[in-house]
Amino acid sequence: MEKTIKFILNGNHMELTVNPLKRLVDVLREDCGLTGVKEGCGEGECGACSVLVGGKLVNSCITPLGTVASASIITIEGFRETARYQVLADAFAQAGAVQCGYCTPGMLMAAEALLQGNSVPTEEEIREALSGNLCRCTGYSMIVDAILHAAKAGEGLW
Amino acid sequence: MVTTYIPNDLQEALAIKDAEHDVIVLAGGTDLMVRYHGDQGLLPRFENSVLFIGQLATLQQIEKRGNMLSIGAACRLRDLLEHPDVPEIIKKAVREMASPAVRNRGTIGGNICNASPAGDTLPPLYALGASMLIKNFAQSREVPIHSFIMGPGKVDLRQNELLIAIQIPLDTYNVLLYKKVGARKADAISKLSFVGMAKTADLMIEDVRIAFGAVGPRVVRAPELERLLIGKSIAKAREVFLLVKDGYSTLIQPIDDQRSNRKYRKTVSLNLLENFLTEYIKPGSGME
Amino acid sequence: MNNFTISDSVNKVDNQEKISGSVKYIGDMVTEGMLYGRTLRSTKARATIVAVNIPVLPVGYYIVDKDDVPGKNRVKYLEDDQPFFADQMVNYIGEPILLVVGPDRHIIKKILEAITLVYRDIDPVLVLEESEQCPGGAIFGENNCFAQYDFAKGAAAEVFPTVADIVLEEYRTGYQEHAYLETQGMIGVVQEGKVSIYGSMQCPYYVKNALIQGLGWDESRIRIVQVTVGGAFGGKEDYPSIIAGHVAFAAIKTGCPVAIIYERGEDMCVTTKRHPSIVKFKTGVDKAGNIKAMAVDIILDGGAYAGLSAVVLQRTLFNITGVYNIPNLVVNGKVMATNTVPNGAFRGFGAPQACFAVEMHMDNLAKRCGVESLEYKQRHMVQQGDTTSTGGSFVHEVKLPEMIAMVDEMSGYTNKCKAYATRREIGRKGIGISLFLHGCGFTGSGERDHIKAEVKLVRDARGDVEILVANVDMGQGLKTTLTKIVGTTLGLSLERIICVDPDTDRVPDSGPTVASRTIMIVGKLLADAAVEMKERWLEDGRIEVTKKYQHPTRIQWDEKNFHGDAYPAYSWGVNVVEVEVDPLTFAVDVLGVWTVFDIGVPIDNRIIQGQIEGGVLQGLGYGGLEVMDQHDGKIRQGNLTNYMIPTSMDFSKVHSKLVNNPYENGPFGAKGAGELTLIGAAPAYAAAVSQALNIHIARIPITPEYLMEVIEHGKDN
Repeated sequence: MEKTIKFILNGNHMELTVNPLKRLVDVLREDCGLTGVKEGCGEGECGACSVLVGGKLVNSCITPLGTVASASIITIEGFRETARYQVLADAFAQAGAVQCGYCTPGMLMAAEALLQGNSVPTEEEIREALSGNLCRCTGYSMIVDAILHAAKAGEGLW
Repeated sequence: MVTTYIPNDLQEALAIKDAEHDVIVLAGGTDLMVRYHGDQGLLPRFENSVLFIGQLATLQQIEKRGNMLSIGAACRLRDLLEHPDVPEIIKKAVREMASPAVRNRGTIGGNICNASPAGDTLPPLYALGASMLIKNFAQSREVPIHSFIMGPGKVDLRQNELLIAIQIPLDTYNVLLYKKVGARKADAISKLSFVGMAKTADLMIEDVRIAFGAVGPRVVRAPELERLLIGKSIAKAREVFLLVKDGYSTLIQPIDDQRSNRKYRKTVSLNLLENFLTEYIKPGSGME
Repeated sequence: MNNFTISDSVNKVDNQEKISGSVKYIGDMVTEGMLYGRTLRSTKARATIVAVNIPVLPVGYYIVDKDDVPGKNRVKYLEDDQPFFADQMVNYIGEPILLVVGPDRHIIKKILEAITLVYRDIDPVLVLEESEQCPGGAIFGENNCFAQYDFAKGAAAEVFPTVADIVLEEYRTGYQEHAYLETQGMIGVVQEGKVSIYGSMQCPYYVKNALIQGLGWDESRIRIVQVTVGGAFGGKEDYPSIIAGHVAFAAIKTGCPVAIIYERGEDMCVTTKRHPSIVKFKTGVDKAGNIKAMAVDIILDGGAYAGLSAVVLQRTLFNITGVYNIPNLVVNGKVMATNTVPNGAFRGFGAPQACFAVEMHMDNLAKRCGVESLEYKQRHMVQQGDTTSTGGSFVHEVKLPEMIAMVDEMSGYTNKCKAYATRREIGRKGIGISLFLHGCGFTGSGERDHIKAEVKLVRDARGDVEILVANVDMGQGLKTTLTKIVGTTLGLSLERIICVDPDTDRVPDSGPTVASRTIMIVGKLLADAAVEMKERWLEDGRIEVTKKYQHPTRIQWDEKNFHGDAYPAYSWGVNVVEVEVDPLTFAVDVLGVWTVFDIGVPIDNRIIQGQIEGGVLQGLGYGGLEVMDQHDGKIRQGNLTNYMIPTSMDFSKVHSKLVNNPYENGPFGAKGAGELTLIGAAPAYAAAVSQALNIHIARIPITPEYLMEVIEHGKDN
């Protein structure tokens, strides 16, 4: 059974008539074509599907669309239009934080969620903020360094 | 095809629950969406209709009334971390649960009603003596948590009832220990967990609360063993530590599973207990 | 233009597309008219299929099974034992039996659930130690053994009777699952009699060869296109051939493009894993405790089908003496069949198993004669000019002494070791060191006899140069490093170099992306090609340079007797891990990790650093976190909730340094690096824990449960 659900996606007003139980990750990837949101596990464990809902980090694979009605959702496709993204992207590149790239959009969303709440995080706080985003390639340290660097370089943006 | 109800207020939610007893109540969905997960591109596999309650503001209030704290059942775990009146022992447990993203959506009510033997909010709630405020469309009742949780996945909710709030008597404990033992430092289901709280003053034990998680079908809390310590001086209490430890040893009944085995769970539980009794309850012990 | 040295880090060529989320992986791709395929799998570890009952299918839905394989229903590996679809027998839980293909995944799921099978059970072989007794008959060959090898060096038989003491020890390692973040997947399209396969893979030509056999078509009708790979680590070396076959057969039968994208739980349970191992040492020592002779027996669990197991076994065998000079040696190894998931390549490819065993054995031999571990290891360490375990030669400088000195300075190993070794209480600190090597490139004469790599460089009319190789960037930065090699040699800015994901219609077969061979072998061929292109640069128009692999004549290898140089070059590593064990929970906290590596010359410092940090964490996971076991043939940790890979909170920064040791046959002096970085972490971790608790550790992964057991019983049960 379907309902019309309204939400804001990357700044755009959306209205979809779908089953409210449909997973947000499928709505984003398939209905909205936003494949920067990845599926890595389908059970809220790996964070590859991370998006921001009301500025908070959420695993879209375990989020029914109906529970984010009226919310403002940001995916990597929306975030990459911002100046803060550019600072993070440069920092990720500089730090060598990208290998296979599959976890990377999720890591950026986690970084943005962290920095929005805490613009001068310690290494420990960064690691904690990333604790729900799994990476198998990098060993995490270069991602942590990237975020530390971005926090400094982006002074005033967060 | 499964119906999804998205009520506008609590009354509506209660009416739906009264009309459709088998409806599945979903607040944050972080457990249910895994349990019913249905593969890429597929709807989750709910067999019954689903009732969304995560959007109900009345279920998301945290209110202090005198010495009681009321936490709305649909409060996100993350909200508990941010509220100044939520007892520290609960915050300690929540900080180590799952991941930031799961804590942003998962609710305390969901963790309680899931009634997993490894549910991480449960040992602190047992230790605090929390009770559940339950309502149906007509009336409400209150049930202490140790009666509310009946077994793995089983709670004392009648077919037309919803869990509304968690009531916690507030008190000051100057000794606090929370220890979660999982396979890694984040995103880990507990192999076991330990809560130890005490109120000590002038070398006397005024109150002590002990609870173990994931070492039995339900949280292990034994007020009768706590009473062996309460009212004694710290020095006197040491004489009964072995008795207390033996008492818990009988009560702790863990299992073997893919995460751990019963011997480990039991041994470590008792190690943590002994450590709490000998290292935490001592003269001059302050906040952990 | 380039005044930098090759090692200076550059912005990786694929950074922006990955960071922005715009690059597409196979699961992100949809093509018009595409159908989805889902696989029906055996629920039995061993059985014959008596009947498959398929419901009436809605229009537009298909079953694809063994009868839809146009060519040979065998996936081309070393043996032809593994079918694309089960024939009449199933040999492991999860074995593919058929596909359900159609447009709507909900309906596919319903059809799958409505299919019933009738099996006749056969006694499965589930325990490695009992794999020689097969009440239900051998799974493979006559004695259930995929491969058995032995070799010897010196005169072990004569020396053993003369030794002062014989030490018997056994070591075990468990499964390891790759847990790449992107699950496996392929899309197959048939157009005008030609099949094109797109997907996540390490070896496009392996996939092509598998389809040539599976379709029975001429190679000109088969095209393999690698799409961005979200991690592989060896797990996408052989398995993708199966999925490629599946989508090809389905695309042919349906006339539509077909996509198969694995679910995580599916991937974790049915794709290849690291071979579990049992290694037994019988070591003869003299009165001082030094090694005089060694006999080693190795058993690997190959799972239900042969796959690459024979080659994994070889590498385990050749590595079993680690960095030590053992003049009298007998090695026996076999890889057995069991009714469990077939095992395959995983970063290290047998070396991690061997390294754990030999390093712990050396650690214990040291303890037995009261000598500190590192000092004991140094007594037996190889030097330049020594013979290898197979009677080849370490022709190049062995920089271990320098590396050990460096890691000691970085970590304080010697001083800490003294301090920790004298403590006896539980809940103390420990520090461990591992010394290890990795033979770069394919074992033996594989490069010369089987791969025969060929590369191509093309300069177009604009003056841009394209690299045409079959090697795959799966995150290790190959597009960037090969670009640097060619660009630097030509003296061109890197923006002028084109290096895209391989398409077998466009690239020659430069061999698989495995065995830490790509930079050393393929990179060298590209450097040679670039040298030639530079000489011809002033020619008009398009320039095409092809280079083919030339086997260095100094490398003599007797494949039958396993004698000679198994590898052209070796990379080396020294790892130190410091731990603290919680006395109440037996949980191990890693206080520090320090590493020194010799990989010749790094083609990019930052890329190598990423390989080090990622590889070391995978090694630490292998040593202390990643438990995977099977019960009655079923994998018990079949999701990322229960299979614990490290999170950002589990370990802190890895300290790393490199020594410079250029290899004359590597591009700019580079040797292999991709696998080396994983190999030494688990042994160093195990040694540290062993010291902290003063116990003998005989298996990995080391769990707190295991530690508790060993402490209580005084030994490993």
